[in-house]
Amino acid sequence: MSLIWTSILMPVIGAALVAVASVRLSKWISLLATLGSLAALTLFAFEFPAWNNGQYHPVEAGPAWLDAAGIRLSVGFDTVSLLLALLTAFLMPLCIIGSYTAVTERVKEYYGWFLLLGASIILAFAARDAILFYVGYEFTLVPMTILIAVYGGTERRVAAIKMFLYTFLGSMFMLAAIIYVAWEHRVSSGAWTFDIDALTATAVRLPASAQYWLFASLMIGFAVKVPLFPLHTWLPLAHDQAPTAGSVILASAMLKLGTYGNYRFALPMAPAGGAELMVVVAVLSIVAIIYASLICWVQTDAKKLIAYSSVAHLGLCMLGLFALNPVGAEGAVFYMVNHGLSTGALFLCIGMFYERYHTKDTDVLGGLAKKMPVWATFMVLFTLASIGLPGLNGFIGEFLCLGGTFIAEHDGQSGYPGVLGPRFAVIAGLGLILAAMYLLILLGKIVWGPLREPHHDAAHDHAAAQGTLPSDLSAREILVLTPLAVACIWLGVQPQPMLKAIEPCATRMLAKYPDEVRQLKEREAQMAADAADASNLAQLPQHGGVR
Amino acid sequence: MDAIGPRLMLLAPEILLFGAAVVAAVLGLSRRHSVRAFLPILTCLALIASLAVMPITWTETRAQEAQLVLPMFGAFIKPLLAAMGILLVLVSAGSVDRSFEAAVARGRTTFDPQRVVAGEFHAFVLFSLIGAMLLCSATDLIWIFLAVELVSLPTYVMVAVGGSSRRSGEAAIKYFFLGALSTAVFLYGFALIYGSTGSLELQGIRTALGAQAAGSGIDAMALAGLILAVLGFCFKITAVPMHFYAPDVYEGAPTHVTAFLAFVPKVAGFVVLIVLLACVGWTGHSLVDGDGVRVPYAGLPTPLTAVLWMVAVLTMTLGNVGALLQKSVKRMLAYSSVAHSGYLVIGLLSGGAAGIEAISFYLLAYGVMTTASFAAIAALERRGEEINEINDLAGLRQKQPAMAWMLAISGASLVGLPPFLGFFGKVYLFVAAFEADQFALVVIAVLNSAVSALYYLRLATVPLVAPPSARSEEVERVPSRWPWIAAVVCGIGTVILPGFLNVLVRSAEVTTAPSAAVTLGSPAADTASASLSSSASERP
Repeated sequence: MSLIWTSILMPVIGAALVAVASVRLSKWISLLATLGSLAALTLFAFEFPAWNNGQYHPVEAGPAWLDAAGIRLSVGFDTVSLLLALLTAFLMPLCIIGSYTAVTERVKEYYGWFLLLGASIILAFAARDAILFYVGYEFTLVPMTILIAVYGGTERRVAAIKMFLYTFLGSMFMLAAIIYVAWEHRVSSGAWTFDIDALTATAVRLPASAQYWLFASLMIGFAVKVPLFPLHTWLPLAHDQAPTAGSVILASAMLKLGTYGNYRFALPMAPAGGAELMVVVAVLSIVAIIYASLICWVQTDAKKLIAYSSVAHLGLCMLGLFALNPVGAEGAVFYMVNHGLSTGALFLCIGMFYERYHTKDTDVLGGLAKKMPVWATFMVLFTLASIGLPGLNGFIGEFLCLGGTFIAEHDGQSGYPGVLGPRFAVIAGLGLILAAMYLLILLGKIVWGPLREPHHDAAHDHAAAQGTLPSDLSAREILVLTPLAVACIWLGVQPQPMLKAIEPCATRMLAKYPDEVRQLKEREAQMAADAADASNLAQLPQHGGVR
Repeated sequence: MDAIGPRLMLLAPEILLFGAAVVAAVLGLSRRHSVRAFLPILTCLALIASLAVMPITWTETRAQEAQLVLPMFGAFIKPLLAAMGILLVLVSAGSVDRSFEAAVARGRTTFDPQRVVAGEFHAFVLFSLIGAMLLCSATDLIWIFLAVELVSLPTYVMVAVGGSSRRSGEAAIKYFFLGALSTAVFLYGFALIYGSTGSLELQGIRTALGAQAAGSGIDAMALAGLILAVLGFCFKITAVPMHFYAPDVYEGAPTHVTAFLAFVPKVAGFVVLIVLLACVGWTGHSLVDGDGVRVPYAGLPTPLTAVLWMVAVLTMTLGNVGALLQKSVKRMLAYSSVAHSGYLVIGLLSGGAAGIEAISFYLLAYGVMTTASFAAIAALERRGEEINEINDLAGLRQKQPAMAWMLAISGASLVGLPPFLGFFGKVYLFVAAFEADQFALVVIAVLNSAVSALYYLRLATVPLVAPPSARSEEVERVPSRWPWIAAVVCGIGTVILPGFLNVLVRSAEVTTAPSAAVTLGSPAADTASASLSSSASERP
């Protein structure tokens, strides 16, 4: 337990030190703080006993925070949250190193907020108390809003405010839903608690209509964060305006809070609602995939392109989650981690050429492979990972998400009936083809072809004259990208250990779903039969399909 | 009445403060500047002394002997008033009489006891606080009336004399006449209550209402009286339909007085409302008994519930929508204070121990975070005048980083962002509302919080991230450093206090068990009235 708190508090203490340290020192302090946080989590992962059973590890309740409402400081990981927290802790030091030359004003504040951002994301993943989760989940907005509003591009204030308002509105619904479940727990057991497991146990016993609304309110909160079509409009703007490291953490860790919320709250708490609304979510996910991909196709701003591709990729992740079978859920969780790696890396790559050329416009830039061969190598690798080239990490997740969707309709041996089926998988698969297309077009424009460079502006000349940035990547930048590249290749070649660890969690989350979906199908069949009876049709053609 | 002994002990802090107020009023006339400058310190010392006396004198047995309706309610509210009072005095320290003192110091004018107001200002601050504290130990309607007037009358004067602005005169007149109107309304209500129950004493009213409820139901005259009283006190808590003065008065009054208006009269209003409604009784407020069985919720009489429900919804909504449209910081904060009253009325509707504790805790949170923002604004000036437009604060971070941060923190807390104090106030309030089955109100409050994010975000981001404008370049700190300190203390409190939630909430507990006179917590209406009659028979 203390290791978890260490990993959360190290960045917080780091932020406090940064506030009093000098500018030069603050860079090192923040690097050390994030490395310490990563080390604590890694140590915890080594002694983590629950890799194979899908349970929380420290299961003891934490100290009370507000007794009267049953709020406790309980932290603990299961495999999924541990993986996502590790991902966050892994990216934090890389982002800090990556920001060394990019941030030149209000430097100390930047690192301070960045550390707080990391701490609150890890807190959200580690929380076993719903209010504690909410504290971490919601507090991410404060540093992120400031990072965008102070260090962003020309429209930074609009972007920051839009992000804040969208997310805040959504999460207020989520908060009300959580308190509602806690209230139901209070009614049935006589005591207030916000322990996630206890709340889940209460929520699954609620009547179907209550679960329906519960699922809808939780879903509104998390859908904004994922983001799911049509609530995604804040994301491209936020990404476009955010500083590079902000984009990386936003795409890689903060958006995962949305999918993680679905995994942890919406799906297991309200199975009846989930089964009922599964098709709606799936259709919205598919719309997100196709729509965002089409936008990417015509996008000339490299950063916005990656942002929209995030929307498409997370749509696929949601589709896998809502296939409601272990294959899809495993794929979705695996994809969360890998999307974090490859998209985070892509944002870093784009940030690196942006620092040199001060433009992200793919019409102005081109053929950078000639000037920056090392950068081009990394860029191609991460793009291929993002496309889902077999052998790299993206492929496994995408394949499993699609596979899960494809087989969902038929019981088979898995025992997990679903409603989605080949129809959904085929349309979503179209998104993969589009992804390959727009990402390769991006590569073709900026990496290959004849060298096109914008006219050097004063800032660039100044930087070049000082020799702060070589024309190709510096050792520091290579140091940032190498761990990501290694992780991408390693997870692409060796996905099995991680998948195995995710599997029990996925089954645990889906425990209630086979029954719910079966009942749903029976109800639908019954309704169809009634309708058929009413119109005096003699036989029921669907009857054979129901078990 | 043999209860005079314990009552006098209960009133020890007020008596102490009264003495200090008289001393302050006299010392304010002193020729020597150093004596006049000592007044805020004297006021603070008196408040600290009363704070030290409170836990000794306010014991549960004494409170029960004094036959208070809610014995332990004052044990939290009175220290809260005294502690916030200290901060509010700090906010005003050095602002009252500033131009006069400066003129005297420069030798432009000679000292004239008829022109100096610092003495009476500080005496009035203390009087107003005494009034609010007296309300906690109220036992009859006359007491309530007198104490409420003691809260109000000094504030009218404070608005008028607290600063040099010409608009403060207009604000004072408005405040005075509308305040008098509201007094008339609740006094009329009191008369009707007396007419129906035949008693001015709260315990007698409670007994009579209990008997009525057990019989054919609470009669129409008593209900009309209660509703009029509630509407009258809506003025004090700036709730719809009596909220309309708030933006004008809050804007016109000097900022340090606005900070006072936003907290003390509001606390006083909620204390009265809680005490009054406790006489009606949230019978059967505990929805779940020990075995987890749901018992039907009797609650307040339906007309009263309906009125409070409308008050809550309209207050929240109008407050938040009104705040959205403002360009003036003080008007925006005025509307925000209206909106927060709406949230607090949810606690009134929920009632019972949970509701009262939620209100107490929320008042604490509200006081700390609102005072942080008002104090930060009071700590700044532009060309010797108060800050008014939100654009004056643009880019404040570059010149006054601490105040910019305090505004940002209080904005984040007011909107209800975790882990600041305001968030837990809201969660606790929602918990109480769920206890009383007020689901719809929670949903409306949630939507309102989302709307409020729009303008609080401005309060938080304009000072921190907006580029400085020509106007904001001229913003400077006021000569006195006390408002600055008060803002920093409140801002730090907003961040630190969530670490001590358990302690705070426990001290806000209103114990219900041992007192026979207290019917809160009885599971059903009939047992409640039974205990009422038994308590009546036990009375000396």
